[in-house]
Amino acid sequence: MALRTLISGKTLAAAALGGARTLAAARGVATVALPDLPYDYGALEPAISGEIMRLHHQKHHAAYVANYNKALEQLDAAVTKGDATTVVQLQSAIKFNGGGHINHSIFWKNLKPISEGGGESPHQKLGWAIDEDFGSFEALLKKMNAEGAALQGSGWVWLALDKEAKKLSVETTANQDPLVTKGVNLVPLLGIDVWEHAYYLQYKNVRPDYLSNIWKVINWKYAGEVYENAVA
Amino acid sequence: MNDVADDESASDAETEENADANGDTVDALESSDPDEVGPVTWIEQQPLPYPSDALEPYISKETVEQHWGIHQHIHVERLNGMIGGSEWEGMSLGQMMLSSFNEGREAPHPPFFHAAQIWNHDFYWRSMQPGGGSKPSERLLKFIKRDFGSYDGMIQQFMDAALTQFGSGWVWLSYKGSKLPHVNSRSPIPSDNYGRLVISKTPNAINPLVWGHSPLLAIDVWEHAYYLDYEDRRADYVSTFLEKLLSWETVESRLKKAVIRAIERDGHVSRKHVRKQLLAQGKSRIRARPQQANENARGQTSSQEKPLGV
Repeated sequence: MALRTLISGKTLAAAALGGARTLAAARGVATVALPDLPYDYGALEPAISGEIMRLHHQKHHAAYVANYNKALEQLDAAVTKGDATTVVQLQSAIKFNGGGHINHSIFWKNLKPISEGGGESPHQKLGWAIDEDFGSFEALLKKMNAEGAALQGSGWVWLALDKEAKKLSVETTANQDPLVTKGVNLVPLLGIDVWEHAYYLQYKNVRPDYLSNIWKVINWKYAGEVYENAVA
Repeated sequence: MNDVADDESASDAETEENADANGDTVDALESSDPDEVGPVTWIEQQPLPYPSDALEPYISKETVEQHWGIHQHIHVERLNGMIGGSEWEGMSLGQMMLSSFNEGREAPHPPFFHAAQIWNHDFYWRSMQPGGGSKPSERLLKFIKRDFGSYDGMIQQFMDAALTQFGSGWVWLSYKGSKLPHVNSRSPIPSDNYGRLVISKTPNAINPLVWGHSPLLAIDVWEHAYYLDYEDRRADYVSTFLEKLLSWETVESRLKKAVIRAIERDGHVSRKHVRKQLLAQGKSRIRARPQQANENARGQTSSQEKPLGV
């Protein structure tokens, strides 16, 4: 990603006028921040316990944010110095922590308390697209449950939209790889975290129970909005 | 230049003493040694080498019962469900694991995940002991200092590996017969071909056996190994494992076997070994040439017979 995009409009304009002044002097690193949850930690019970939500947000996601920001600062310094070895060596930490931040930011929006509409089936455009691409809503859930349960190790199961082909698919990614690593045109409509930290305190090793229960708090309204914006 | 003579003296000691620190449980594990050739139709789960609450307060009884009793047990069930009538039926656990790895080409065959996880967990339980965590013996410390600079340096490297295993997996201390990646490779640089200790991290079910290394200790860093007791705090779990649970006696006994394996299986050769060989050759040449021997007796040296120079 070009670091130029991190430079504010003000400095760019100044540089264009100034001419002689280098952009490097004005470069700053835009760090990321832990997003707030739009609901209380306990609001998704009994599907997901408040204890899990609190740890998941305050510890796991917060650590991804902190480590990603640290890696970005180090990357910036290495790029400035022309230290290619360090630039390359930082890539795995950036992919892991940056991916963790991206994925979890989506995940919090994919969940909603039942009292606020969590679990209500998708309607209209997304609902029709699901019927078309999977046969039925139940078939989609069955597929996502099966792929999520079968994933070895840690990762995510996604409902993906290929925005070029205008087609839905179920994908999995390993560890914290974002969906885009499976295809540049893939837009995540819905992601379910199947790392053990997402369910272990409540469901122990019975990942299938976690998967069958999480549908009760899935925010299909948000997925529908993402879908309609992407195909518009 | 590494002095590998010490590795050989370690293996000499092994042939004298047959008792291992953990007694029959280590022998039971060695039945899943990939070098063994014994027909087994169904894989049985090895028992825990200590009661399920023996690792408290560092690893809870609940975790041990979940981890051994459910996680590892399910791998045994799944593997047994797959091997009947397959090309893997009749193999030992270790053989199944190595052959289903598919030499790292693309994805392993389905039995690998289960066979390897069964093997890995057996190895992990036996890497720990109640009241473990004391420092390594002087002999082992010599190898550690040789290969990592210092004991603290090794610990730091181990912690770094554990915290940068981004996902599920394992961290290992292993003995590697050569500096090169492949166990049977020979480097023209003699010091490359001497055995050394290495730390490695592996994802999911993979273990360094598939690379021809001999593992000496393992820690499971899948979240299920520590989440009930440590939540997200993997660093606390790993340092507690190193300080309170790790069995250095087991590590040392595994190292002795690893050195022997490197010599017998992989053709690993040390300076001391080469010297012995040349001495033996030199002696047999002198005996086969009586005229030469008589010349020696008359005081004329046969300088070409001097075997040492390695």
